Amino acid sequence: MADPMRIRATLTGDVVEVKVLMSHPMETGLRKDADGQLVPARYIRDVKVSCNGRDVLTAEWGPAVSKNPFLAFRFKGGKAGDTVSITWTDTAGDSRTDQAVVG
Amino acid sequence: MNRSRRQVLQVSAGAAGLLLLGAGGLLPRWARAAANPLAAGDARPEFLALTLDEVVKALGGGAAQASSDITLRAPEIAENGAVVPVEIESQLAGTRRIAILSEKNPHALSAVFTIPEGTEPYISTRVKIAETSKLYALVQTDSGFHYAERLVKVTLGGCGG
Repeated sequence: MADPMRIRATLTGDVVEVKVLMSHPMETGLRKDADGQLVPARYIRDVKVSCNGRDVLTAEWGPAVSKNPFLAFRFKGGKAGDTVSITWTDTAGDSRTDQAVVG
Repeated sequence: MNRSRRQVLQVSAGAAGLLLLGAGGLLPRWARAAANPLAAGDARPEFLALTLDEVVKALGGGAAQASSDITLRAPEIAENGAVVPVEIESQLAGTRRIAILSEKNPHALSAVFTIPEGTEPYISTRVKIAETSKLYALVQTDSGFHYAERLVKVTLGGCGG
């Protein structure tokens, strides 16, 4: 998928809040296109988030996560300047990794 | 038209009919799930499950207990069932996983989040809800499975076109 994730990683005290907006159609396989054809199911199924190499969240998704998935969560132990890395893998085998610096 | 072509067309029409009925939500749950498969190659039993109890079993649990230590925030009325914001926070000690389920979706489980040490037991995301139904926050702790539920009314259903 072409568009990068939009990631914000903000440090408040000792807690990093991560907000990410991913770009993905998250097709359920139930939607029909303009010609009346069913669009095949295709959705992100695995998400991994790490901070400086440490796993801070993993997720398994199905087709019911909304199109262009939004996710926010919080973790401790991050510092300003750390790198948050997010990787998704979808049912077609496509994958995408994007990063942001904790600020 | 020879016999084998007729048979192929009849089978195709039957399958297409099942798919249309499935998409229209007119079948019983088991047939609805069969008519709405996951993506090819996605055979995760927890994502194939149809009910909260089946999801809990697929995740390795026995039964889930209702808990008032789980905060589940979702709109009372979702204008667009395709994009329903959900926020879950667990006050249960030893929270390991947080999952989101919708009672009347083709498959009950929408997402599972694994919360490692150091990460807060809090998730905010957006899910599709097919029709007015219960939304569940399912939390797995070291001692078992717990859940909270909330009725979400949907004016425009979320899973199809």
